[in-house]
Amino acid sequence: MSHRQVFGVSRRQIIRGLLATGAFGLTAKLGTGCTSASTSTSTAGDSGGGSSGKDEPITIGFIYVGPKDDYGYNQAHADGAAAVAKKFSWVKLVEEANVPETTAVAESMRSMIDIDGAKALFPTSFGYFDPHVLKLAKDYPDVQFFHAGGLYQEGTTPKNIGSYFGYIDEAQYIAGVVAALTSKTGKLGFVAAKPIPQVLRNVNSFTLGARSVKPSVTTQVVFTGNWAEPIKEAEATNSMADQGIDVITCHVDSPKVVMETAEKRGIFSSGYHANQLALAPKGYLTGAEWDWTNIYSQIAEEMHAGKKLMDGGIPHILRGGLKEGFCKVSDYGVAVSSDTKQKADAVKAKFMDGSIVIYQGEIKDNKGNVVVAASESLKQQDPKLEQMDYLVEGVIGSIGS
Amino acid sequence: MQTWRRTLESLCLSFGAILVGLLLFGLFCALAGANPFEVYGLIWKAAFGSSSTFQNTLIRASPLMLSALCTALPARLGLVIIGNEGALVMGGLAAISIGLIIGTALPPILVQIAMAVAGLVAGGLWIGAAGALRHYRAVNETISSLLLNYIAIALLNHLVGGPMRDPSSLNKPSTFPLAEVNMLGNIPGTRVHWGLVYGLVACLITYFLMQRTTFGFAARTAGGNVRAARIAGLPVGKLTVMICFLAGSCAGLAGMVEVAAVQGAANESLNVGYGYGGILVAFAARHNPLAAVLISLLVGGILASGGILQRSLNLPDATVLVFQGLVFLVVLYSDSLYGKIPFFKEKPIITTSASPPASPGEEPVMTA
Amino acid sequence: MAEGLGWWGVPLAIVAGTMRGGTPFLFVSLGECLTEKSGKINLGLEGTLLTGAMTAYGVSYLTGSPWLGILAAGLAGLVLGSIHGWLSQQFRVNDVAVGIAMIIFGSGIAFFFGKPFIQPSAPQLPTLNLAGSNVSPAVEAALQISPLFLLGLAIAPLMKWFFQSTRWGLYVRAVGDSPDAARAMGVSIFKVRMLSIMAGSFLAGIGGASLSLYYPGVWTERISSGQGLMAVALVIFARWNPMICLWASLLFGGAQALGPSLQSVGIKQGYYLFNAAPYVLTLLIMIVTCSPKRTLAGVPGALGMDN
Repeated sequence: MSHRQVFGVSRRQIIRGLLATGAFGLTAKLGTGCTSASTSTSTAGDSGGGSSGKDEPITIGFIYVGPKDDYGYNQAHADGAAAVAKKFSWVKLVEEANVPETTAVAESMRSMIDIDGAKALFPTSFGYFDPHVLKLAKDYPDVQFFHAGGLYQEGTTPKNIGSYFGYIDEAQYIAGVVAALTSKTGKLGFVAAKPIPQVLRNVNSFTLGARSVKPSVTTQVVFTGNWAEPIKEAEATNSMADQGIDVITCHVDSPKVVMETAEKRGIFSSGYHANQLALAPKGYLTGAEWDWTNIYSQIAEEMHAGKKLMDGGIPHILRGGLKEGFCKVSDYGVAVSSDTKQKADAVKAKFMDGSIVIYQGEIKDNKGNVVVAASESLKQQDPKLEQMDYLVEGVIGSIGS
Repeated sequence: MQTWRRTLESLCLSFGAILVGLLLFGLFCALAGANPFEVYGLIWKAAFGSSSTFQNTLIRASPLMLSALCTALPARLGLVIIGNEGALVMGGLAAISIGLIIGTALPPILVQIAMAVAGLVAGGLWIGAAGALRHYRAVNETISSLLLNYIAIALLNHLVGGPMRDPSSLNKPSTFPLAEVNMLGNIPGTRVHWGLVYGLVACLITYFLMQRTTFGFAARTAGGNVRAARIAGLPVGKLTVMICFLAGSCAGLAGMVEVAAVQGAANESLNVGYGYGGILVAFAARHNPLAAVLISLLVGGILASGGILQRSLNLPDATVLVFQGLVFLVVLYSDSLYGKIPFFKEKPIITTSASPPASPGEEPVMTA
Repeated sequence: MAEGLGWWGVPLAIVAGTMRGGTPFLFVSLGECLTEKSGKINLGLEGTLLTGAMTAYGVSYLTGSPWLGILAAGLAGLVLGSIHGWLSQQFRVNDVAVGIAMIIFGSGIAFFFGKPFIQPSAPQLPTLNLAGSNVSPAVEAALQISPLFLLGLAIAPLMKWFFQSTRWGLYVRAVGDSPDAARAMGVSIFKVRMLSIMAGSFLAGIGGASLSLYYPGVWTERISSGQGLMAVALVIFARWNPMICLWASLLFGGAQALGPSLQSVGIKQGYYLFNAAPYVLTLLIMIVTCSPKRTLAGVPGALGMDN
């Protein structure tokens, strides 16, 4: 029977694969070890969980729209979830990956609650929110739903839904500063998936950051149309390199292709979702990384302490940027000069003490219309920014589909 | 004459195939380091264990029933249509367009009927076009329907991302939402939406249409031998286009259900693989609409169990793909065993002629 | 070179894209061509492509040799092909259905075993630089040619010669055109089809390797955007002629590059529709060239029949 041959080959691969996983698990542990050292809150929660009488395990469910090891968006969430499960012995983690935004996700959530007894769910894809999370939250008023990126509206959204997301555009702003100061041609490139607010905000903040230090800099944006289109991402990177663009960043599900292609073309790159230095050792400047460990630990601890979304114990809207530890900036690469590092660190310091506002008027879009008036100063929390539908001056591209 | 032996044969072969598929999957899981018996237990628990989990299976099965008909019906004519995904997408797009145009100007029941008709017509035209191209231009229907899938999906992405986009659908581009009153609700007492009933009814109707009417008889005859059908005066071209239209409209209806009962708007979630699932269901059901209901339930169960394998055993998400692939390969193989097992052989010597095979005068090629 | 290429970037991107993006199309379509010539369709090459891409990447990573990766990808394709070849020739089993089941099975296998290889970087295939030393970096990058592309370039005429001038080629054509005649010649239809499908899948596996080891040069679960399925249409587009498969693959590869490169010089609208251009084109060409009155030149007579 020919199946057996498949297994023969595969088994060998499993063993090798397992070895490889082991090796990567080790390095990953080293990585998280470094980050958890910087969070001081963890120890308090740990001891509280370990010693107090109410040590009943809490089951939390995570749902991802793609594979949870995509070196990108889903992996960032999965790493955060894994870190929480490791940190607190009373957290029982259940996960499901590759769940499409259809009835499938509703059923996955239901089965996590009914079969696994999950008390809190983290559906991490934007598209899960309406209608699936909204519907489930009504059916299970005792379960808490924490959704990544959804809009919580007081009064209309069920009380047991919370929304969390990070202002990763702050990190993109700093990446823009680094990119502009490092670029020789003054042309930056952005490979984007779809013209949606989250993506546009990153493109705009990156450009605003770049133009804050060098007003003549432009950012070319190319939309690939889908979250994962490796060939189009590579083509976009190549064609931008052909146009003399010498720093490229991206907002796609898995930035690996963009980083490696940029490195092959000998131009600079700036990462997204996670640290991609290993993929582009020469050209990697910096990058905007998620850090979900903090927010997930925080929510888990609050739940452990008996707080709830429903009675207002846990806020319904959790947002934060660099300061709150929702995201971070990758360590600077070898190509970044010390002068640039200084300037970028200065900007970072401003984010840390809250003295900088990215969307400070007057800002025009790339068609010449004023989108943020001179008197306006849109703080990061401003809901207007979550509905962004323009590209700022200096971005070459348009958002028609 | 169909006798108990034939019925028993098809039952035994179908269930036997599923069992062998499960066995192979258990072997695979064992090699991957999971206890196969635990796996079986979990699959049962997740798919059919209780009324709640069985509803999970039903929900996942319902789009597959309608989608499967898109392949099953033309197969009776000897055509292999794989454009289910495209017809589903077009049906969904047409349904939402009509639903949005009418809005709340009419009572919900009329809006729903209009949407269903729009879905039926759009899907029907889409596959009907493949049928017409087949008959009038001799364009291979398998390839043209495959290409039509890609075109439909591009059209969906374009419309949803641009001309039909609701600006308030922020990070997931969608059309404007359907009014709440116009949504298809759930079957009372369950969380299963009415799409399941649509699917069951469609399967029943098409079964009787194909098996018990002159139209169905004509189609099956034409499928058996085009030349003979022409000589007999059957309008082969008309039959081809009509059957393809009917097939496409079933998938289009599935699109309407996705829009009106699940998403409430059209967006890229219309294109999540119900089409390709439906093709396999149709083949595994040997293009019998009633069998398609059962196979859909089986696949629904497999999909429903995919989650629990990840959660309880930490198997990767791709495990369910391997599971599905193995079961389908074995089920497809089981088809070739009909009439080969001596026990099921009829005593009289009237050999295979009950259901018309794809082409007459064929003989098994077993030269190995 | 500080200045960009401007509009010259578009033809350059297309030329480069044809070679880079066309390579997987080339291998898969040649594989499909061989398969279809013997009278069977293999839609499962999509799964084969994914398995090939994963195997090549994994083996290249574990052994450090991309060439070994390519060989392994071909062998993985061979194994999947043998399943398809055996199963699709059973009595009453439809090859299209088996193909779709093989897409699911193949991608399942690829994703299941590919998990550990998403993160690491595997050694890539070296490329040959055809450009002189004094050209701009853009042109130089465009002229980085993969040996795999050259291999595909060589296989196409070789396959044409195989069909036209060798005894084995004649067997394949006979089996595909008229199984009865082939049987009369004393050829084992089962064996010929089995070998054709296996060889075709071997090529498709290498096509997968070119995705993960050459361009775009990564292993992710979304690495194939339907190239395996498209190859089936491409072969019909090419009328089962390996040389036209070559040109058609280049065309499809170039079309992939068109969207992004047009955006980068300022054309912005309708990129979804742009991306669908190859499909529309294929459909139109099929409508124009097919006719109910005559059969297509080169069409294997037994294709799509249940024998």
